[in-house]
Amino acid sequence: MKADDPNIKWIEEPQLGLTGRMYLPLIVQGLTTTTKHLFGPKVTVSFPEERPLIENPLIYRGVHRLNKDEQGRVKCVACFLCATACPAHCIDIIGVESPWPDREKYPESFTIDELRCIFCGMCEEACPVDAIELTSLFDLTGRSREEMIFDKEKLLSVYDQTKDAEPMPSVRLGITPAHRGMEGQH
Amino acid sequence: MGVVIVDGIEVEVGPQERLNGIQAAERAGIDIPRYCWHPGLSVVASCRMCLVETGNRNPESGAVTMFPKLVPACQTPAKDGTVFITTSDKVKQSRAFVEEALLIDHPIDCPICDKAGECYLQDYHFEHGQKERRADIAPFTSRRRDMGDTVTLFVDRCVMCTRCVRFTREIAGTSELLVINRGAHEEIDVIDGFPLENKLAGNVVDLCPVGALGDKDFLYSQRVWFMQRHPQVCTGCSTGCSIYTEENQDRVYRVKPRENPHVNQWWICDDGRYGYHHVHSEERLIGAVRQAGDATEALEWSAALPAVTAALEAAGRLAAVLSPHLTVEEAYALAKWIRQLDPEAVLALGPVTTVGADETFKNGFTIRAEKCPNRRGVEEVLRHFTGGVTPFEALVAEVDAGKIGGLWVTAGSPTCWIDDSTAERLAQVSQLVVQDLFASPLWERATFRLPGVSFAERAGSYVNVADRLQTAAWAVRPPAGARVEGSVYWELLGYRGLYAPRRILDEVAQTIPYFAAAAEPVPPTGVALKAPELAAAHAAAGGQP
Repeated sequence: MKADDPNIKWIEEPQLGLTGRMYLPLIVQGLTTTTKHLFGPKVTVSFPEERPLIENPLIYRGVHRLNKDEQGRVKCVACFLCATACPAHCIDIIGVESPWPDREKYPESFTIDELRCIFCGMCEEACPVDAIELTSLFDLTGRSREEMIFDKEKLLSVYDQTKDAEPMPSVRLGITPAHRGMEGQH
Repeated sequence: MGVVIVDGIEVEVGPQERLNGIQAAERAGIDIPRYCWHPGLSVVASCRMCLVETGNRNPESGAVTMFPKLVPACQTPAKDGTVFITTSDKVKQSRAFVEEALLIDHPIDCPICDKAGECYLQDYHFEHGQKERRADIAPFTSRRRDMGDTVTLFVDRCVMCTRCVRFTREIAGTSELLVINRGAHEEIDVIDGFPLENKLAGNVVDLCPVGALGDKDFLYSQRVWFMQRHPQVCTGCSTGCSIYTEENQDRVYRVKPRENPHVNQWWICDDGRYGYHHVHSEERLIGAVRQAGDATEALEWSAALPAVTAALEAAGRLAAVLSPHLTVEEAYALAKWIRQLDPEAVLALGPVTTVGADETFKNGFTIRAEKCPNRRGVEEVLRHFTGGVTPFEALVAEVDAGKIGGLWVTAGSPTCWIDDSTAERLAQVSQLVVQDLFASPLWERATFRLPGVSFAERAGSYVNVADRLQTAAWAVRPPAGARVEGSVYWELLGYRGLYAPRRILDEVAQTIPYFAAAAEPVPPTGVALKAPELAAAHAAAGGQP
């Protein structure tokens, strides 16, 4: 979008009125907010003793997971669309012919460099089979850089860890494989 | 001279030219979508994608009469006064209908289809298709059928353009592929026991406008949009087909033909197509080594070149073997450097590997028996320096006679090129420098072992069997520890900066008359070096054809 695009609505900064220019009323206004928070309910938590409440874990963008299908196989079809969409180039896939009759290929290796990842969620958006998702796990730590490069097994284990708290959107939205045309029809 | 009008643009067509509507439109810069038509194959006009409005302009009155029905542009000759309209609503609607009809039974599995990204069906759908899909006939299967050892067919993705069938009949002349069943049940198949196994089979994958025919070598290995393509020349045989080497992060994933009407048209053979695997072989030689007695010493490249120079200067009479796998620039640079060290140095042509006999296909495409890309070019460089071409055997005889002190051998063949006894005889020299791609009997015996590079890492020019010079760019960087031959000679000659083959080619073109035509920038399709000679002969014969 260029600066002269007709869809852009340019708004002028409002001029300060008399009370604004008098300075003190604005100070009082600001201090009112501060005072309100002094006596209101606390919004901060003492992490890590206390865990913050994540209101909707389904839309939170934390550590990735690789979903499994009903038979416990990796859902990913190695289409590389997440790797294509990834602005940080942190996804590395090796796709090979799948050993199962109902799909053509699957990832032999699937690694995400969690240190490189910017947690934008583009991979989740791009995935045509809902295989990659971002969970609500946010406190990601490790002792080495190598440890932070998650391989397929690790990503699948994140799914096992989070599947109960955060079900897959396909299940959530009532989409079953039969509706999706390509899967489970062979 | 005729004038064809495409969307109001007047296009000139020569009296001897036989163009169809698609080609005439191309001259006007208009792309007419098509599936079944290919410039190298016969016209069937079966896909109906290229339907356009056509008419005639009356030469006297200038009035244009249009045909009421749409006609396929691929089948309509572009004659003087022919009018094509490719942008009318009628044409656009027809294209949208064809797209819709094709998509009724085409699986929407683009994410897992290898063709996605270079698929005509995808591209044309974006450009000409409808936004909504009115019929959604699920489910699709992904039936797969092997056509042969190298090609596989995804049956449901096929749009029945029959390009592949026509290719095996008209170009390869082997007719393995055929259409079975009729109407909506049509499928491509082979007859049991006669799989698709001619040496041009891989071309059907390139011809396929959709993802129906898959190349098993490339299948699932990489998405096409990740790859960069680099114009190169196939080094598999002396035909020297124009190719694209497609690479991602310094790994070659496939080789595709590059259109060149003077050499290979649109095709390449499977030997060339699948002949890139040695580039990433585990057995590639890495790291310069000096052999002193029984001890081997790894050398830094920066230290290796002065050491080699000093050793050769002390060795006395010098000789060099110029491999026919070298580019023109490299052969010239090495010859020049050796002659600087020893003006009497013997220069010989490396062994030319010959396998079987030339193999010619129905349309004239030939796979040569001579399995090296640049024998002609190296020979001409040798003629310039020595006045003739010294064969490899003659050099071996000179070494036997004890006349040679230091010998520089270049190789670069992906196959073993020398036997034990010849290597033993060559190893009699006091200083033996070998540049090679893979270990050979000679490599083991060399004093200095300098790892060279493969075709994908080399930049420079090759002269094919028909005296056509073509220039290749490098596609991938050599593995750490190996160095491009040309850059080694560049440094030895004391040139500054990065290795620039074009600078050497300029020098070659100025000093060797045979290469004079290469003085101008070389077009992607190459330059005919014999052209001035032919023109001179033509003029000498009184201009009579």
